[in-house]
Amino acid sequence: MKQEEVPQDHLPYYQSGRKAIYAVDGEGHFGTVPSSGWSVEDAVTAAAAGEYARQAQDALARARRGETSPLEYHLSDRRLDVAQLAQSARLSACRVRRHFRPQVFARLSSSRLSRYADALGLSPEALRGLPPPEGP
Amino acid sequence: MIIASFRHRHAGHCESGVTSTLLTHFGMPISEPMALGLSSSLTFAHLPFVKVGGFPITAYRMLPGNVYKGLRKPLGLRMHLQRFRDADEAMRVLDGHLAAGRPVGIQASVFWLPYFPPEMRFHFNAHNLVVYGRDGNDYLVSDPVFDLPQRCAAEALRKSRFTQGAFAPRGLLYYPVGFDPGFALQPAVRRAVRKTVNMMLRAPLPIVGIRAMRGLAKRLRALPRQRPDPRYQRLFLGNIVRMQEEIGTGGGGFRFMYAAFLQEAGETLAQEQLLDASRQMTSVGDLWRQFALEAAQFTRDKPGASLAGASDRLLEAAAAEEAVYRGLAAY
Repeated sequence: MKQEEVPQDHLPYYQSGRKAIYAVDGEGHFGTVPSSGWSVEDAVTAAAAGEYARQAQDALARARRGETSPLEYHLSDRRLDVAQLAQSARLSACRVRRHFRPQVFARLSSSRLSRYADALGLSPEALRGLPPPEGP
Repeated sequence: MIIASFRHRHAGHCESGVTSTLLTHFGMPISEPMALGLSSSLTFAHLPFVKVGGFPITAYRMLPGNVYKGLRKPLGLRMHLQRFRDADEAMRVLDGHLAAGRPVGIQASVFWLPYFPPEMRFHFNAHNLVVYGRDGNDYLVSDPVFDLPQRCAAEALRKSRFTQGAFAPRGLLYYPVGFDPGFALQPAVRRAVRKTVNMMLRAPLPIVGIRAMRGLAKRLRALPRQRPDPRYQRLFLGNIVRMQEEIGTGGGGFRFMYAAFLQEAGETLAQEQLLDASRQMTSVGDLWRQFALEAAQFTRDKPGASLAGASDRLLEAAAAEEAVYRGLAAY
């Protein structure tokens, strides 16, 4: 890649930040060039973030209908998967999945709840709740 | 409290950047590409059985920790590494080092670092950065993938040093305590290049090296049959490209950085063979970028982009990269 080929696609979330990309100058010499991002990176990152958001919205809708616990929503909202949360909260994955059942979740001890809250970076109250519905 | 002599450096990748910045600070100037190359940290691996977020892991470099560990032999480097059980103690020890005027590298999770834009915050535990000062409740952070130094509140830094899960940092803190300033470059380069060539051409399992690239290309072709869900296909392919371009790699999944290493080594040692390999490796990086482009178009559902096309781009990159290693096998 030549220095003038280093993508400068001005990704909005870079703001004033830049990434260092290795490229060759006119004499074929390597150096780093500050890049404002590549649309390719934007596409794949947005797809990954969008998938977590989609799962979170799906879980939110089901949680509102009482079909799952708020835990499942917060999990996706924090861009985690069951295996990662299980490791963070030091529980087995089956157990975490069991806590997706609203009745089981409602009976969780406060110590276990705070373990989840800690892993998710939330307060226990926030973990029990759901975000308020949007719209008027 | 700030370590005034410390100089932030902008780098392509976190771990090689931190290693190069720290070594330079402690009196052993070494570039980021040299740190990557001499530690033989370039690789390609696709682990179909290890999944994060439902997708297999694809890696363009060795496991976290390989850069500073891999430099032990070539540079006679001794790194002080310390992990902690207790987060309070980990923060106390960090403060102690700063008070003693010693910048230290730490491992942290990207997700909990507030200076990352939300779009880039994913649960990646093996991020590396240098802490070089403290101002009230804020730590002064030299994160190599950012062009400017950053600040991070104590609570956030503490949280990100103690996340759980794969590659849990457990408060890891490190700094160089000794190295051999007069190390011989020629044998170090030779050994490092050989190690990379061996791994890429002769890994015993087809999950590492050129064979892993070909295996993945084959898998991409079979994906429509195995997983007909187009959303899964898009995310699967997107995930490979994220490892290549989104996570700091200096572009082209570290291939350009490795080419820079071959160039620097070739010029210092005046060896045409390495310079040749460097030019070839640069073209390999360009091929990887073609693959990323096709993959991103597929992710965006653009007409003309397909899994078969991405698979072909990957095979082209694999063939060109294999030629570089075959050429270097005699080095």
